[in-house]
Amino acid sequence: MGDGIMMNETQGHLLSRYAECMMWLARYMERTENLARLLEVTETFVRDANGQIAWHSIVQINSDEQTFLALHPSGDADAVASFYLTEQANPASICATAHAIRENARAVRPLVSIEMWTQLNVFTRWVLDLKEKDIYQNSLSSLCTHIKQDCQAHFGVTEGTLYRDQAWLFYKLGKTLERCDQITRLVDIRYHMLLPQGEAPGSEIDITQWTAVLRSAAAYHAFRRLRPVTITPANIVGFLLKNEGFSRSLAANLRLMDETLALLASYPGLRSRCSQLQECVAELRVTLAEQTAEDIIIRGLHDYMSWIQQQLSQLQGQIASEFWPPVSAVAVQADFQMQA
Amino acid sequence: MTPTALHAPPQATSSGLLDNYRIPDFFCELMNRRDPTPPTLQCVKDRLAALSLPELRRRTQAAEAQLYRMGITFTVYSDKEAIDRILPFDAIPRVITAQEWDHVERGVQQRIQAINLFLHDIYHDRNILRDGILPAELVLNNPNYCEAMVGVDVPGGVYVHINGTDLIRDDNGQFLILEDNARTPSGVSYVIENRHMMLRLMPDLASGLPIRSVEEYGLRLHQTLCEVAPEGVVDPQVVLLSPGIYNSAYFEHVFLSREMGVPLVEGKDLFVENHRVFMRTVNGPRAVHAIYRRLNDDFLDPLAFNPNSLLGVPGLVEAYRRGNVTLANALGTGVADDKAVYAYMPRIIRYYLGQDPILQSVETHICAEPDGLAYTLANMNKLVIKPVGESGGYGLLIGPHASQKELADFREKLLADPSNYISQPVINLSVTPTLCPDGVEARHVDLRPFALTGRSVWVLPGGLARVALRKGSLVVNSSQGGGSKDTWVMAS
Repeated sequence: MGDGIMMNETQGHLLSRYAECMMWLARYMERTENLARLLEVTETFVRDANGQIAWHSIVQINSDEQTFLALHPSGDADAVASFYLTEQANPASICATAHAIRENARAVRPLVSIEMWTQLNVFTRWVLDLKEKDIYQNSLSSLCTHIKQDCQAHFGVTEGTLYRDQAWLFYKLGKTLERCDQITRLVDIRYHMLLPQGEAPGSEIDITQWTAVLRSAAAYHAFRRLRPVTITPANIVGFLLKNEGFSRSLAANLRLMDETLALLASYPGLRSRCSQLQECVAELRVTLAEQTAEDIIIRGLHDYMSWIQQQLSQLQGQIASEFWPPVSAVAVQADFQMQA
Repeated sequence: MTPTALHAPPQATSSGLLDNYRIPDFFCELMNRRDPTPPTLQCVKDRLAALSLPELRRRTQAAEAQLYRMGITFTVYSDKEAIDRILPFDAIPRVITAQEWDHVERGVQQRIQAINLFLHDIYHDRNILRDGILPAELVLNNPNYCEAMVGVDVPGGVYVHINGTDLIRDDNGQFLILEDNARTPSGVSYVIENRHMMLRLMPDLASGLPIRSVEEYGLRLHQTLCEVAPEGVVDPQVVLLSPGIYNSAYFEHVFLSREMGVPLVEGKDLFVENHRVFMRTVNGPRAVHAIYRRLNDDFLDPLAFNPNSLLGVPGLVEAYRRGNVTLANALGTGVADDKAVYAYMPRIIRYYLGQDPILQSVETHICAEPDGLAYTLANMNKLVIKPVGESGGYGLLIGPHASQKELADFREKLLADPSNYISQPVINLSVTPTLCPDGVEARHVDLRPFALTGRSVWVLPGGLARVALRKGSLVVNSSQGGGSKDTWVMAS
């Protein structure tokens, strides 16, 4: 390989724990950025049929109904913001993901650049120190903007300073997998919220609410640049799922995942570990490429989104069992892979 | 040095850093050296004198904020929470001349050679015990004596690969060895990070001075570990074994693995199969040949020692005994840095090397011996009395600073278990100008140089200068409110 230097053969053996932590570091950072954007957009743009802020849609998107009702039995909509920002008992809150980010970052600290660690250190400490009153004192949108910018700074520092070895590839797998997960959840829930059962696709739609869906995925301006002839739910669903140029679309991230797995498979000894994963991603890409957005909607958007989510979850499980298998399984493998 | 100039009353117009410095009777590293000030020191002194107090405070605050942001911290655990603390950083460097360093370096090298020969002997033929140089029970009944090491041959006969020697200077500026740290000495990361901080913070102070670099420690450490890897391994895989992210010294573990370019592993990342050690990688098991372990002996292997340890690796000790993997430092090195064995160290050096010690030890009374106990009891208010098994400055009594009640209480502890204690005269530790809440004042300081031993002994030109931030305090440990300084060893 073109490493540019004479080096020892001991390179290129990434510790399983590092791979796992890099993947989750990326997933949690991506999740945090998405949630911050969703909170901000919801407060500003997303309204229900009565014109109220549709806080509950966030609970639905994240499948957190049970946790939310356990903490807020009255279902108080105003509690959603703090539930997702500072509520420690909510494992999906930004303060909980910040904690997970911090633990993973500490674990991979020997591996990542000092700039990356320093930025994460400052960011996670700041989030973990946030109190509920900060939401009201500083306004939700400025807090969310701050969080989003810190996440984006992280992705920038990472792009600029992280060494491109296997650790980077696991980081990218985590990031793309999380984006696939986020976009399918958003499309699934918002589509059904805006088009109640029985209404035919093509009937009159609330433009403001549909553009809010785009904004929730940072897709609004990109979508405008395409200057679609009409704004229809199918157009928007098609853009979010199938547009290769939109960096958060399902199609773009499945392609990136495919490319990342191909790079990983090019390391000596990793080809066989990657083959099943590559097949799974290839299948997902084919099903997406073969259907138009209209096809997907007519055949059942919800079922398709659920199926993709299941596949993504299985993919995460397969990556784990290939690259960081449970301890007993490794000991068995060691029998025939012994090399001094 | 003209004392009148230094004692001059502060002038309204002058705000020089050292104007109000009250020179104590102790040996002061910068201001009271009892002989003419060497030129490099004079230069540092002049530059410091030109700096203002507010400017130094501003720079110090910037440094401490930077250390916090970068997570150059150690973790203190209270009942409920974990708090990350920085080691307080003092921006006035401690300077050591080339001549002084030459003496320290040779003394440390000699000491480590003797320690390695001593450890080999007590785990093999035990000649030193047979010849009555020190009492056999002191070695063989020592809690740190490791039966598993008896008869085991370690590569190159090296037991202590990484050593930290605690040095102090007495009233006359003479360097004395206070303590050996031959198990898992910590603090070297601060030596290097303090230097980086210093160069960022005080480029004007360091400019043009022949300060010796501390950069190559990581490279040397890796090289040392490769040198002592099991024989026949061409390209040894080195790892650093850490207790994990919750350990208070985790930053240092991160730092060292990064500087060496090797993985930081936890016990669960390693396993032993057919008495060989492997790490779990994304590409399956990968053989490991040398482990720089930052885990105490007891926790290394639940099969060999503490069966409840979840931090260790089952089977590691047997793999080590068979020579399939090298541990640095070796097991059972704690006998050599035991505070009671310390008293015999000058005799140990003479026994193995036939040389007089280059660096002197502090006069030590062993309470396990009747004479030592009698002397200690009769002079408690003049002595420092230390438990032999503790480190970190815990559980010791400083006689002259103790109240009558503290003396009486300690007397009971001492009488209940005399063999657990040694005593030493109170040394008037040297002082150095340090930034304090009321200005720049004299504070006591020590020095811990770090040495690496593979095929030969190499001493990092520098060391951790720990400073007692409380006025008059002689305890410099970070766990007891100490801070640190950059140590400048001059090349000429």
